[in-house]
Amino acid sequence: MTALSRSFLCALLALSAPVAWADPPAEATPSSAPASAPGPAPQAAAAGAPAAAPAAAPAAASPPASPSTTEPSLILNSQINSGDTAWMLASMALVLMMTVPGLALFYGGMVRKKNVLGTLMQSFAITCLVTLLWYVIGYSLAFTPGTPYVGGLSRLFMNGVIYIKDVAAAAATKDTPAVEAVIGKVSVSHLGVTIPETVYAMFQLTFAIITPALICGAFAERMKFSAMLWFMSIWSIIVYAPIAHWMWEPGGWGATAGVLDFAGGTVVHINSGIAALACALALGKRVGFNKEPMAPHNLVLTVIGASLLWVGWFGFNAGSAVAADGRAGMAMAVTQIATAAAALAWMFMEWTVKGKPSVLGIASGAVAGLVAITPASGFVMPTPAVIIGIAAGVICFLAATSLKKALGYDDSLDAFGVHCIGGIVGALLTGVFASTALDGGQAGSVVTQLKGVLATLVYGFVVSYLILKVIDMTIGLRVTEEEEREGLDVSLHGEHVE
Amino acid sequence: MKLITAIIRPHKLEELRTAVGEVGVQGVTVTEVRGFGRQRGHTEVYRGAEYLVEFVPKTKIEIAVDDPLVERVIEAISKTARTGKVGDGKIFVVDLEQVVRIRTGERDASAL
Repeated sequence: MTALSRSFLCALLALSAPVAWADPPAEATPSSAPASAPGPAPQAAAAGAPAAAPAAAPAAASPPASPSTTEPSLILNSQINSGDTAWMLASMALVLMMTVPGLALFYGGMVRKKNVLGTLMQSFAITCLVTLLWYVIGYSLAFTPGTPYVGGLSRLFMNGVIYIKDVAAAAATKDTPAVEAVIGKVSVSHLGVTIPETVYAMFQLTFAIITPALICGAFAERMKFSAMLWFMSIWSIIVYAPIAHWMWEPGGWGATAGVLDFAGGTVVHINSGIAALACALALGKRVGFNKEPMAPHNLVLTVIGASLLWVGWFGFNAGSAVAADGRAGMAMAVTQIATAAAALAWMFMEWTVKGKPSVLGIASGAVAGLVAITPASGFVMPTPAVIIGIAAGVICFLAATSLKKALGYDDSLDAFGVHCIGGIVGALLTGVFASTALDGGQAGSVVTQLKGVLATLVYGFVVSYLILKVIDMTIGLRVTEEEEREGLDVSLHGEHVE
Repeated sequence: MKLITAIIRPHKLEELRTAVGEVGVQGVTVTEVRGFGRQRGHTEVYRGAEYLVEFVPKTKIEIAVDDPLVERVIEAISKTARTGKVGDGKIFVVDLEQVVRIRTGERDASAL
């Protein structure tokens, strides 16, 4: 934890320093545009990027500068839709709230008291770390055209993400022809052409934050803080960014193939869930697992956390419409309905099997429902949402209670059991229930969905496990047994709560 | 002088305080404690993981009294803390050698 991690963070901050805003981008293809990978056909773009489809329609109708559908571009500031932008600004904040404090409290309440601060610290530190990495490279790798497997480098340091309102500001760039081209313009992503690219990039950042933070549930109470920072940094760049690119960038192979993932069932939940399993296996069980009591220390925190997740999830799912429109409304409705169904399904399962309906159970069921409806939210109607919710509640209950026991791994807070399993349930059922009746909706295919699921499972597991092994061989993954027994709060952070 | 220590069910505390007050007790010290006796613990289940809670939450009260009051205090505690089920608790009585009131330096019975 010491010199290594500190110098790493200092390097990261130093990297962030040379701000690359000075060069206004030409509207032409960025230099990193793919030579080998031609941009997708418009149909493929619409099919693969549900977010772009509805948003593209109104923008395409305005003749002066119809934005490119395959790469970020500049449009006149007046073409920005203020309603969409307002909703997306709010959505970004809602999704950020899911991680801090939502997920932090959800997990924090479930650990033993000696580890509560360490657990909160993980979510908070990941939020800060991923923000800088996203600005440096993550956004570019995920959401610029590049190849079908990973994006390009044209948005390194958010280069080209601009808003230049007047000549005076533009003149500061000292490049007259380029200045003429950008006056009064704002950059937009091809995935959200009615809102500024800044808003789209920050909205997507909050997804890039919560995904690694979800993994923390698997290695709770025993991972070294420095090892966690290293793992999350590397994972964010070489696992999260490419998989987001596969599924959401119109030219990504998954999007081109027609894999449907409206808000991140595959990119966020299967992805974090399978990395969580890799962590549980690579780190091993907690000291005293199955011998000593490891009951949650404060389920009030967990319920508050789950509730904040639920509220924030409307930014996550309805926000993934990247517009304040009918599709966002439907996404919101099915999110609420599926979550309620899943929470009750888990509760009744537990009541039947274990004898009592527990608070932790209903809260876990709600999260399972939120996870499962995520990929489906922009594609399904309310009745399928009820079915997806019930399936998620029942299957995730079995995964968290029976599967874990049967296989013997210590996924401490059920990041795999809830997020990976719930994500798979949602991804496959999206293939079953996707409706063409929705604006921007389309027919799904379970086989295509399965391709996306399997690719994510294999790539996510293998690469996550390799990263963990390399860290284990260099700085070590786990705290010492003595530190673990004392608790991470005191041993790693020098603090504790009464 | 005697020191009476009683381990009781937590929800009996308020009732007991009133009863010993009526007997003439001038002070009580209360501590939240955990322990086990004949009463079994209970099982808690968190996402399918069962934990046996072996130490049951109880309330410990300590009362220092002069000899004439001892029997009446024991009676008051017994009457109020009793439910008739396993887990009602215990009363321990031990001799008290000295008592000092810190504020005045008074000793023994006058310090109680």
